[in-house]
Amino acid sequence: MTENSERRVVSVIVVNEASVLSRITDLFSGRGYNITSLTVAPIPESKYSRLTIVTSGSVRVIEQITKQLHKLVPVLKVYEHADLVEKEMALMKFPITENISDIAAMCLAYNGNIVNVGENIFIAMIADEPKRVDNFLKMIKRYNPKEIVRSGAVALER
Amino acid sequence: MQISGAQMVIEALIAEDVDTVFGYPGGAIMNVYDEIYKQDKFKHILTRHEQAAVHAAEGYSKASGKVGVALITSGPGFTNAVTGLADAYMDSIPLVVISGQVPMSLIGTDAFQEIDAVGISRSCTKHNYLVTNASDLPRVLKEAFHIAASGRPGPVHVDIPKDVTAEIAEFDYSIEVDLETYKPNVKGNPRQIKKAIAAIAKAKRPLFYIGGGVINANAGYEVRELVKRTGIPAVETFMARGVLSHDDELLVGMLGMHGSYASNMAMSETDLVIGLGARFDDRVTGKLSEFAKNAGVIHVDIDPASISKLVNADYPIVGDVKNVVKEMLEISSSINPAKYESWRETVTNFAELHPLFYHEDTDRIKPQWVIERVGELLGDGANISTDVGQHQMWTAQFYPFSRPRQFISSGGLGTMGFGFPAAMGVKAASPDKISINFTGDGSILMNCQELMTAVEQKLPVINIILNNNYLGMVRQWQTLFYDKRHSETDLSVQPDFVLLAEAFGGIGYRVTTKEEFDAALKDAIEKNIVAFIDVVVERLENVMPMVPSGGSLFNMMLLEKKEK
Repeated sequence: MTENSERRVVSVIVVNEASVLSRITDLFSGRGYNITSLTVAPIPESKYSRLTIVTSGSVRVIEQITKQLHKLVPVLKVYEHADLVEKEMALMKFPITENISDIAAMCLAYNGNIVNVGENIFIAMIADEPKRVDNFLKMIKRYNPKEIVRSGAVALER
Repeated sequence: MQISGAQMVIEALIAEDVDTVFGYPGGAIMNVYDEIYKQDKFKHILTRHEQAAVHAAEGYSKASGKVGVALITSGPGFTNAVTGLADAYMDSIPLVVISGQVPMSLIGTDAFQEIDAVGISRSCTKHNYLVTNASDLPRVLKEAFHIAASGRPGPVHVDIPKDVTAEIAEFDYSIEVDLETYKPNVKGNPRQIKKAIAAIAKAKRPLFYIGGGVINANAGYEVRELVKRTGIPAVETFMARGVLSHDDELLVGMLGMHGSYASNMAMSETDLVIGLGARFDDRVTGKLSEFAKNAGVIHVDIDPASISKLVNADYPIVGDVKNVVKEMLEISSSINPAKYESWRETVTNFAELHPLFYHEDTDRIKPQWVIERVGELLGDGANISTDVGQHQMWTAQFYPFSRPRQFISSGGLGTMGFGFPAAMGVKAASPDKISINFTGDGSILMNCQELMTAVEQKLPVINIILNNNYLGMVRQWQTLFYDKRHSETDLSVQPDFVLLAEAFGGIGYRVTTKEEFDAALKDAIEKNIVAFIDVVVERLENVMPMVPSGGSLFNMMLLEKKEK
């Protein structure tokens, strides 16, 4: 992939059936495409699920990805997003000794809060654009997070 | 009606008008074989290896245009069949392959002969199913046949656990296939077709680039009409041999790595490529950045993912090539064949400058002569299959093909061992034609157990072994690109092919002269049983001309001419 590689968000609507997720991921690995993140959940009151895949590649590769996804029998629709709202959640675990009010205040600015407090640790949550999540996680480093988990992005076309 | 899953398989095959099934029984598929025993609506051909069952189904499908069917058991039965699935997937051959699976209760326990079959076949089939309820079987089988044959054809694999074949459920095959997510676009966009016709009328040096999709779509007649009507020269891919007759004046030849000089030069000089059911494979294009460098591209294909995958299409047309070419014919009045007169002359000059030829300069028979000779003697009267290697390329170069579905070979996957079982399938589908398999001394050993099937089922395939005691194509690359280090390609130690054929009850010939060859072929046809004709050919003959891997089409290695 020597051509210019760019980040892309692709949403795929698939029939809810056995092994449909493997069909998607096999296609990516078999054809050498990247998956940066992947989320999947059923669409309420339907027989379909929606996948949000963050990938990267040249214009030609992205075009191939959408076409190859379309070819899979259980795939109903493929959206290659241009103008979209994108959100990702992150959960972070901190030692109870860290400054909880500072962290809570910062989480608020990123649509989050403290979601759990225990004897030795507390857990914070944020939900924002993936880029902003990146920034937040950089910033939060100095509070010594013990664990961080990201959900992968979900997206809707504007 | 209430019947077992195994009976449903039989009923579905009958409803799909299947007359021949290729297969091999085993534990997990026994319920289905029990029902096969009880019926007389279709024929079952027992191959001696599951790979051969799938290749035979491929040959049957390619010769007949129908969906090929193979039946196999779980575990090793299935894994043996995977090469056939992959082969059919690469060459877009419609198959339904039904495999047994261990009972539902044992799935995931590493049971005897258990393997995750749908997990393995996922990446080498168009679609696959693991059937978990007998009540799903009618729908699944109906969908399987529909998906295999429609759109870009391909193999569909249906895996059925043993308890599901025993389960009783309602069978109703009159249901309609209702796949909201699968609707191939068969009708080309009329505006795009109009634009393409305008581009052809404007072009000075257009060139038809005909691929195997034309054969899959049964569009050979329409394409012949379009070529004739427009007076535009045409090149064929390996997979498209026979779309145009060998004596068609507008057929330049085959293009690609071992294509003719004229075809490759025409492709390099054209200003408009008219691609019909072809997919710009790397063996066709050579170096992509130099391929048809100054040309616009019209690309007609049923598979949107094939369009602009490797070569950007200026006029993409997604549709069934038969429909599209019919529409093109209807609105082709703006195209004037006289306009391309000088272009046709240019192409003719290329062909005269470097025609396809070979030297008869040794005592041994030249392999190309054998193919030409069979062409002279049998021509249209034979269906031709091949294995993979030098003999395959020589067949594509030198056999005078005259109709679609006459030539059956493993193009995409390049499967050695394909030819003999495929030729059996061809013979089963087309019993009135002589079935010839050109093969090599390497390839034939990869499915020679099928002699038994051919004897038992009276499938008199004539295997012509072009025997150079080498794994010839690899040897050729070693000679040319590895400084003649012939690593593990010398096949001097080999069986007595005559005795081998005779051990199974077939007939064998060893041939060292042209006269012996003619006599052997005549005798094999008269005896009408499976035959090996072991032809001792020149050992170090190379397939020429050649575009070295990654080279440009216009930069061919050519065979040197000699003074007579």
